[in-house]
Amino acid sequence: MCDTCGCNVTPGNEHLVAAGGHLAHTSSGSESVEVLKGLLDANDHQALHNREHFARHKVFAVNLMSSPGAGKTALLEATIDALRDDMKIAVVEGDLETENDANRIRDKGVPAVQISTGSACHLDAHMVHHALDELDLYGIDVVFIENVGNLVCPASFDLGQHCNVALLSTPEGHDKPAKYPVMFRAADIVLITKSDLLEVLGDFDPGAAESYLRQIANPAPLYNVSAKTGTGMTTWLDWIRREAGKQR
Amino acid sequence: MHELAICQALIGQVTDVARSNHAASVSDVFVSVGPLSGVEGPLLQNAFPVAAAGTVAGTAKLHLQSMPIRVRCDECGQESEAGMNRLVCEHCGDWRTRLISGDELLLQRVILESAAAGGQSNV
Repeated sequence: MCDTCGCNVTPGNEHLVAAGGHLAHTSSGSESVEVLKGLLDANDHQALHNREHFARHKVFAVNLMSSPGAGKTALLEATIDALRDDMKIAVVEGDLETENDANRIRDKGVPAVQISTGSACHLDAHMVHHALDELDLYGIDVVFIENVGNLVCPASFDLGQHCNVALLSTPEGHDKPAKYPVMFRAADIVLITKSDLLEVLGDFDPGAAESYLRQIANPAPLYNVSAKTGTGMTTWLDWIRREAGKQR
Repeated sequence: MHELAICQALIGQVTDVARSNHAASVSDVFVSVGPLSGVEGPLLQNAFPVAAAGTVAGTAKLHLQSMPIRVRCDECGQESEAGMNRLVCEHCGDWRTRLISGDELLLQRVILESAAAGGQSNV
């Protein structure tokens, strides 16, 4: 959203947001001031700054979002192992409490900054900015921002990332894109994680998940991956290499 | 429940507008919310007094305008109403559509009161 001009007023909604012109006066004599600013303007401004920071260092920034327990950290561990000789990775971890996930990443020899959000259910651009202060991006190719496990709130906050990756784990069911349309509409790629369980569960239909994603007009690719067995990891890793290449 | 954080951002914007217009208080705040913004109107309404307390908008009333979900079809070019989890074109049925309304989260306007008599304010 734009800082000054209200450019999220579109041909489809302008008749509803038109309010009698700039600085219109009401009959009571009180003053009506038209603002037309996005409520998340301050966050979006900070996100833009973060994006510029990544661009200066030619870093590809990825926002990983999913429900708690969908396997974000396990995916990162497997990704770090697989890309060890190709790319330098750094991670920003978001959780309500504990350093557990950052420690798992550090155990892989990769720099990680933990953001403990306390009771906040999402990361915002300011939290990520503070985390980036602690992260030396020199020589880094990819920063993964592991958002707080939550399919609702993180979708509303731009962090300055280049791509959103939404994880949908097989035990959650294939209709998650229909249940959480705001989140899945924001996804640039959807990973169906824990795909090793597809056979065991028997009732998760990847085709149906794709159909629900198309129903919300999202053309994003869906890949089945299992961080545990390595199945499908090649497609995901190729996607990272391709997208990271665009930032160089 | 990210509505409180969003309300705090809203109050920040409202107080900026009040300050730059030398207003004594804010009586009304008008916000447009689309269902696909990810923000729930009733939760925003509940969070507003909490975020506004002690500010120039402490007694302001929040007016929410719910925006319709509308899409334009990339295939047939027509516009249609759509649903939260069904953004397909109602004319040709194709899913390749663009959202033209429904994800707004917009501070539309505010009504300011001056400290002077009669609630007048001058810019």
